[in-house]
Amino acid sequence: MILLDLFLTFFKIGLFTFGGGYAMLPLIQEEVISHGWMPLRDIVDFVAVSESTPGPFAINIATYVGTETGGILGAICSTLGVVLPSFIIILIVAKCYEKFRDSGIVKGCMTGLKPAVIGLISAAVISIGQTVFFPSGITASAFSSPEFYISAAIFAVMAVLAFKKVNPIIIVCISAVIGIAVGYSLGM
Amino acid sequence: MDNKNIKTSRFRKGLELFLTFMKIGAFTFGGGYAMIPMIQREIVEKKGWITDEDILEIVAIAESTPGPIAVNSATFVGYRVAGVFGSFCATFGVVLPSFLIISLIALVLRQFRELKAVKYAFYGIRAGVLALIIKALVSMYKKSPKGWASYVIMAASFAIAAFTELNVLYIIIGCAVFGLVTSVLMKRRDEK
Repeated sequence: MILLDLFLTFFKIGLFTFGGGYAMLPLIQEEVISHGWMPLRDIVDFVAVSESTPGPFAINIATYVGTETGGILGAICSTLGVVLPSFIIILIVAKCYEKFRDSGIVKGCMTGLKPAVIGLISAAVISIGQTVFFPSGITASAFSSPEFYISAAIFAVMAVLAFKKVNPIIIVCISAVIGIAVGYSLGM
Repeated sequence: MDNKNIKTSRFRKGLELFLTFMKIGAFTFGGGYAMIPMIQREIVEKKGWITDEDILEIVAIAESTPGPIAVNSATFVGYRVAGVFGSFCATFGVVLPSFLIISLIALVLRQFRELKAVKYAFYGIRAGVLALIIKALVSMYKKSPKGWASYVIMAASFAIAAFTELNVLYIIIGCAVFGLVTSVLMKRRDEK
């Protein structure tokens, strides 16, 4: 049953994600967490893994969630699920490309979808921010913990690097090194 | 005889599509649009299967169809080169490296996740990832359409997703419908 569930869930995610890469995050967050397959923290960790390995984020995360919840068969089901909607839709579009390109309906929907993706990712950023800065909830004591300030400092430095177009892999590596150094020196 | 030749050439094309897209899948980091220059070099310049104009077409299609850009473009190029069989080969090729690499990594992660050093590393990485996602968000915002309707949709979808329990799917469908309705209304107004 888990296999079918993985397939259908990722089929849904593939079918409703417009715009590549992180556009998938809000849906992944919604579906994967509500199924209890993985906490948000693990998804955030996996974003780093995906940035540092080749291949599209969608395939990577589908394979990862599938493996973790249903083994290798689970991975096959979720990956097949996330690929299939695109595959079918592109085959249809390739056959009648002109009609598709000039379609007012497609253009109209896209004028709504593009800004929606921005809003949805922004909302995902808020919950990811909570997981990063306040892993045990927003409390008064969270603001006085060194973990909070160190996370904030790492975030600030990495944001500067990211906007300077430093390669994401390098950003992931530097953050990891800082994390290890800080972790051991504070004995967290 | 002719029939047999067509069959072998089709098979060979399928194999070539599979291998080329496997290479693309194995060597593009970050996915999405990062894949486009690679596709251009491999498919347009080396193989000559499609033209630069086709690439623009593919990007336009990928932007207005659901799913990952890598899969969209593999399916599209595969179809152009060798029909449905070609799409299958190209898509299978682009997916396979990720699939294998991530299955392996999942195994490794499970073994090492509880190590102190790995925990610390991910503690640092999480803050870095947040920065990467915000960077991606800002570049998406720069490319997105401007105007009051867009801002309303952005604000509304953000607020609903952040402050209510409504499933993201309904927000996506709602925004598509809203976009369609406003664009039809604007077109009518322009026609008058």
